[in-house]
Amino acid sequence: MSRKAVGDDIWKNNVEKINSELFTLTYGSVVAQLCRDFNNNYHEVNNQLDKMGYNIGLRLIEEFLAKTGVRRCQTFKETSEVISKLGFKIFLNIQPTIENWSADGKSCSLILPEPNPLTEFVELPITADDKIAKELWYSQILCGVLRGALQMVQLDCDVQFVKDVLRGDDRTELRLKLNKILKDEVPAGED
Amino acid sequence: MSEDIILPSATSLSKLTIHDTSKTGFGYNPAIGPISNSITSETSSILINKRTITLSSAPSIYERNITNKKPVEINLSSLSFLFCEIVNWTHGQSRGIHDLEMKLNKLGYSIGQRYLELIKLRDGIKLNKRDLKIIDILHFIHGSFWKSIFGKHANELEKSQDVPNEYMIIENMPLLAKFINIPKDYADLNCGAFVAGIIEGALDSAGFYVNVTAHSVPMDGFPLRTVFLMKFDQSCLIRESIH
Repeated sequence: MSRKAVGDDIWKNNVEKINSELFTLTYGSVVAQLCRDFNNNYHEVNNQLDKMGYNIGLRLIEEFLAKTGVRRCQTFKETSEVISKLGFKIFLNIQPTIENWSADGKSCSLILPEPNPLTEFVELPITADDKIAKELWYSQILCGVLRGALQMVQLDCDVQFVKDVLRGDDRTELRLKLNKILKDEVPAGED
Repeated sequence: MSEDIILPSATSLSKLTIHDTSKTGFGYNPAIGPISNSITSETSSILINKRTITLSSAPSIYERNITNKKPVEINLSSLSFLFCEIVNWTHGQSRGIHDLEMKLNKLGYSIGQRYLELIKLRDGIKLNKRDLKIIDILHFIHGSFWKSIFGKHANELEKSQDVPNEYMIIENMPLLAKFINIPKDYADLNCGAFVAGIIEGALDSAGFYVNVTAHSVPMDGFPLRTVFLMKFDQSCLIRESIH
């Protein structure tokens, strides 16, 4: 079975589903509250969203591995394929496309389809200064999730947004860069 | 009296010659026509440096169809992970259980406001009526509102026999509490405060001023059973007695 078919199959038969709108509005409510809490310091908001995402990623990988049973990927290309066809599919019911590979095969772009469960109903407020559109990465939590989850499978990655439709860009693009493969550490006391 | 005073603008216009150039680069000179048509270095710099806000960022979200859209589904785990982080963050920000519940309530409140609008917009086209009685709006919250959000109706809707302004919605299996384990020293905490906020936001927006709180009332087989207690403002009861 192709990866896409596996992802579709798990989504169909092995996932408890809910209406995405509650998720969309909940996320929106959080981002709005963070903007208020940090007094519209959007760099801080990005950081906080990233941190929350990281915490999620650390735990989400367990469910991911349990549901999919995928083996260790041989190349980073394979990893990116698994992220899109299985990871995004199972958790957010979308499948981003992967493109823009760097020559060394260590970084690539994920193009998120629009609208997606995080950004539906969302527009950044139109203000006289375009501070919010220049500084806030609305979906930053995704970067944290990917970073956290990949770290748990020994892949040290940088994840960041480079484009966002909400900011007026033509598409939403996430850049994924592999820094290094961490050494397997066997916990003390186990063989 | 001189003509200048009676028709100042007409005279001044008529005094313009072909050699008079506009200071701003815009305007109308009858001797040569609309000046803004000619683009000089001066006028172009005005056009280029003009500070504007783009209002027509295409395609606007308001052009999307929300009334007969097929519902999109996502994984319950994604919401649970997010909610867990929300509670975690809010907990770090708050002083004690009551404050934490207040903050969760506030987060839910804005969701309730928006959800009411969304569901009524979708329903309204079919039903075209507004709920005016407490009991009507509660049936709506307990029924189709609950179903849109959580995929099922709430379990029970009850009215207090002792206090006239108290009503209760009871949920045996709260969706969001499913993966939350409350530590012992937080025994009083009920993260249903978030859902209570959603109900409160929706009822307030509908014109039924209310306070909603969530309480854990476990029953055999339903350890997470939650009672959402709604205390309506006196003004709602007075209105009710008039009609």
